[in-house]
Amino acid sequence: MIEIKNLTKTFKGADGSFEALKNVSLTINDGDIYGIIGMSGAGKSTLVRCINMLERPTEGKVLIDGVDMGALSEKELRSVRRNVTMIFQGFNLLMQRTCLGNIMFPLELAGVKRAEAKKRALELLDTVGLPDKAEAYPAQLSGGQQQRIAIARALATDPKVLLCDEATSALDPKTTHSILELIRDINRKLGITVIIITHQMSVVEEICNHVAILDNGTVVEEGDVATVFSTPKSKAAKRLVFPDGNDGLVYTPKEDEHILRVVFHGSEAASAPLITQMALDISITPNILSASTRTIGGKVFGNMLLGIPGGEESLRLAVDYLERVDDVITEEVTSDVK
Amino acid sequence: MLNDLFTSETVREAWEIFISEFPMALWETFYVTVVSTLLAIIIGMPLGVLLVAGEKNGVLPLPAWLMQTLGVIINLLRSVPFLILMILVFPISRLIVGTTVGTVALIVPLTIAAFPFVARLVESSLRELNPNIIEAAQSMGASPMQIIVKVMIPECVPSLISNATIAVTTILGYSAMSGIIGGGGLGSIAINYGYYRYKTLIMILAVILLILLVQLFQTLGTKLTVKCDKRLKK
Repeated sequence: MIEIKNLTKTFKGADGSFEALKNVSLTINDGDIYGIIGMSGAGKSTLVRCINMLERPTEGKVLIDGVDMGALSEKELRSVRRNVTMIFQGFNLLMQRTCLGNIMFPLELAGVKRAEAKKRALELLDTVGLPDKAEAYPAQLSGGQQQRIAIARALATDPKVLLCDEATSALDPKTTHSILELIRDINRKLGITVIIITHQMSVVEEICNHVAILDNGTVVEEGDVATVFSTPKSKAAKRLVFPDGNDGLVYTPKEDEHILRVVFHGSEAASAPLITQMALDISITPNILSASTRTIGGKVFGNMLLGIPGGEESLRLAVDYLERVDDVITEEVTSDVK
Repeated sequence: MLNDLFTSETVREAWEIFISEFPMALWETFYVTVVSTLLAIIIGMPLGVLLVAGEKNGVLPLPAWLMQTLGVIINLLRSVPFLILMILVFPISRLIVGTTVGTVALIVPLTIAAFPFVARLVESSLRELNPNIIEAAQSMGASPMQIIVKVMIPECVPSLISNATIAVTTILGYSAMSGIIGGGGLGSIAINYGYYRYKTLIMILAVILLILLVQLFQTLGTKLTVKCDKRLKK
């Protein structure tokens, strides 16, 4: 278990100090795939670097299985880091070493015998699906392949925790998907706790079970992925879940028309012909501006934008009608329709 | 002047000297250059590493006063013109090799002039390394020494070789000034015959050989750099 307690990190620059993290507290359970999502500059990278003490927090503590990381000496820290490994956006492989050499590198640092390290590295090349790339150099590989080698390198010392710092941000969607699949496999088969730092909603949706939303150095929302993403409460969360206001929708409401967002939780609510039923039952005929369904954490979510004609009164009626159904949440959209 | 250059007399004379003195001079220049470069690398390389690793944000932060002192010494030695430095280090040459003239004595000022230069070249090579790679090594539990020996230096080998080539050719240029203090080599032939005795043809021959030596070192260096760089493998 990783406990982050009241973590604050202040950077002192020439022109004053900057608080990158403000009083952040999170608990990450063993076996979790925990997403930490936020816009650039939200403090995500600083937070993940505080977990393995690449950055020393200004205040607060990080406990990994009860061990206070901040209290360890540099030497102790170096051995703990073999248990909490990391992969990066830029892969950061040693360009002058072969793939095999890269995977052997952390073992070499740990003083493992060469023959043993080589055996382990070859196994790991198999695990990440690149058994034929042992003697290849990183420059000869594609981005996705390089990240696979980086993952193999991170697994070499049998870690308990894998930190992923924007690990898929430099990859195309298809490759991202395959890397995420690999990470999920590793999480399931080896029971490694995974912490994923990202600015991409799709990454969190695809593999995380827990998520924390970081904005301006503070955690604004935290919890189960399905809950946080279906009913985002904070402004930052909404911005992430519905980017560009409404998935890029451009619409000018007519006079007397109100825009209503309807979110359906779960496949039952999403499959019922609710809007048609509403038109029949209370004679409000909404204009469907956008509709989408997606799967988050294994549950189906529907998200719909309706133009409700007939002024305040019919908006109120529509909201009452829709909200009486379980698993349906509505919200009037005012400012974010362009 | 050009008419005088290729008279049968000058050509014959040049040929005689070319046969009798040039092989030895060529060897002396080569030998002095290579030995001085090696010594300069032995002293300059660790200093160059310290210049990068010892910084405040480096992998092995050293006290600020030490870093400043190191910087000042290197800059000081680099600012003294080689001609003056050769004369200034006479006492040191006498102390180390027992004499101030001749080929071996020349190695002392060459090394002293070249090691600060090498330190700066090593520094610039190491600074090219992507800092994220160092961070990755730290995240794997590498100690400062491991980062220097297993990451910084091996990852910079192509750039280090390329800079070593620059060092060799520069030192070769310095060694040619040795004629002034009675050192050997092609440089002293060029000065002794060409400048003091107006035998221009001999001077030109010596210069041509120096150019060929520079070409040789540069070609070898470039080839080796490309061969070592695994980023260029396709």
